[in-house]
Amino acid sequence: MVHRRRSNLPELLRPGDLVIANDAATIPASLHGTHQRTGSAIEVRLAVREADCFRAVVFGEGDFHMRTEDRSLPPAMTLGDRLVLGPITAIVRGLLGHPRLLLLELQGNLWSGLALHGKPVQYSHMQQPLQLWDVWTPIAARPVAFESPSASFTLSWEMIAAIRDRGAKFATITHAAGISSTGNEELDRLLPFDEPYIIPAYTANAIKQARVSGGRVIAIGTTVVRALEHAAKGNLVVAGSGIANQKIGAGTRLQVVDAIFSGTHEPDTSHFELLRAFTEDSTLLRASDELNANGYLTHEFGDSVLIERRIA
Amino acid sequence: MFDQPRVAITGGTSGLGLALVHEFVNRNAKVVFVARTLGQVAEVANRTGAHGIVGDVSAKEQIYPIALQISGVLGGVDVLVNNASDLGSVPLALLADTDCEDIERALNTNVLGPFRLTKALLGALAASAREGKGGVVLNVSSDAAINAYPRWGAYSVSKAALHHMSRVWAEELTPEGITVLSLDPGDMDTPMHALAVPDADPATLKSPATSAREFAEVIGAVLKKAYAASR
Repeated sequence: MVHRRRSNLPELLRPGDLVIANDAATIPASLHGTHQRTGSAIEVRLAVREADCFRAVVFGEGDFHMRTEDRSLPPAMTLGDRLVLGPITAIVRGLLGHPRLLLLELQGNLWSGLALHGKPVQYSHMQQPLQLWDVWTPIAARPVAFESPSASFTLSWEMIAAIRDRGAKFATITHAAGISSTGNEELDRLLPFDEPYIIPAYTANAIKQARVSGGRVIAIGTTVVRALEHAAKGNLVVAGSGIANQKIGAGTRLQVVDAIFSGTHEPDTSHFELLRAFTEDSTLLRASDELNANGYLTHEFGDSVLIERRIA
Repeated sequence: MFDQPRVAITGGTSGLGLALVHEFVNRNAKVVFVARTLGQVAEVANRTGAHGIVGDVSAKEQIYPIALQISGVLGGVDVLVNNASDLGSVPLALLADTDCEDIERALNTNVLGPFRLTKALLGALAASAREGKGGVVLNVSSDAAINAYPRWGAYSVSKAALHHMSRVWAEELTPEGITVLSLDPGDMDTPMHALAVPDADPATLKSPATSAREFAEVIGAVLKKAYAASR
């Protein structure tokens, strides 16, 4: 176990290595408004796009300053209810088995509505309201994520140049990262929800080249692992779009990704569970102790770990 | 043949910007444009079929909301044209008579706006470049960026800064596959030119449609080359 400055990541690379990051930009997916039939204040957090609708987690009165666990339920919904969210009107098209979970059809000009009225989804551990520019990573491209692919915050254009200077390559996928916590245990057990992704042809080719040159595939963040492993065909990937709906954990045999660069995550989170596919629990727990002992920061704007896959 | 290019144009409701919207729509590109006035945005959107975004690129806090809409509507960006420009003092004034507010507005619109919007869309442009779809930024320049003319101070200073910024971007972004251009459209028969030189004879001025066609040719050539290189 070694400690490094995060910006020195390129020094750990070898010629032929391939670094792959998620370039999804983040949608301001938190929309405050009212449930028209009862006049109650609500907050809608868009969580997954499903064709013309969004699956959303809905809260009653209050905002991110309150812990999600303490948020009230929204009023009981029925099909066809209208939610007035600033310039956007949402129609309830599906009740998904939990009072917080709805399928919504959004009406009005979606992108201008989100730009004018949407706020980034955030949690009570940060007191200042986040702005769009806080939640877009330096490489943010298509706005499809509902929470930031936070590992990409560690990148800078200087680092991308340094990766190239090492003789390694940089490529991206786009993965619609979903929300990480609903504040409800029953719902959180369903996380992550299905997450659509796109793997460009050049990225699939770059993986092929890395295999030929003996380079490693290094994923920046858990969303990259989920997309690449979902698209795996042997130790290569199929280019195109898909929906990452598999759980990755201790029992998963990774086929494509050789190492992960990720935020630090506490045991019992789905992120931590994914790390168990890379190495033994004893190593991860030892890393956790080491992180705690040295005062490293957790959460989406915190510190990072690089974990190489244990050779089976 | 390559995919429909995804093109974003600022200042798209008048002069060169409007001509560029028409030109790229006619070339079957997916076009969004940005301008400040709702009524004019709606009118141009109706007339051209391009998607209009109401926004002011000189306002810092509006840049990411604008970038979100551009990238969301187009599903990425292949070409960004920073065309929106501010003349500074109207009528044109000697630098010594130029109000500080006028030169600040010119710098905000002509330099900082393009810087911020390019930065916000850089991820999308770099993704486009890696995918062989282009990644082009065109900053609309001016003769006044190079030559010093009395009374063109605020505009001239801002265009000189934009021109030099384009050159630095070009050096830094070439390894990312992004092409940054700074092109002078020439003296055109536009509302802005009429503000600057009210008594100019329109017959001596270039039509903005001609400049738009020339710019689209240059951009088209870059896109073609990028596409060929990726195959």
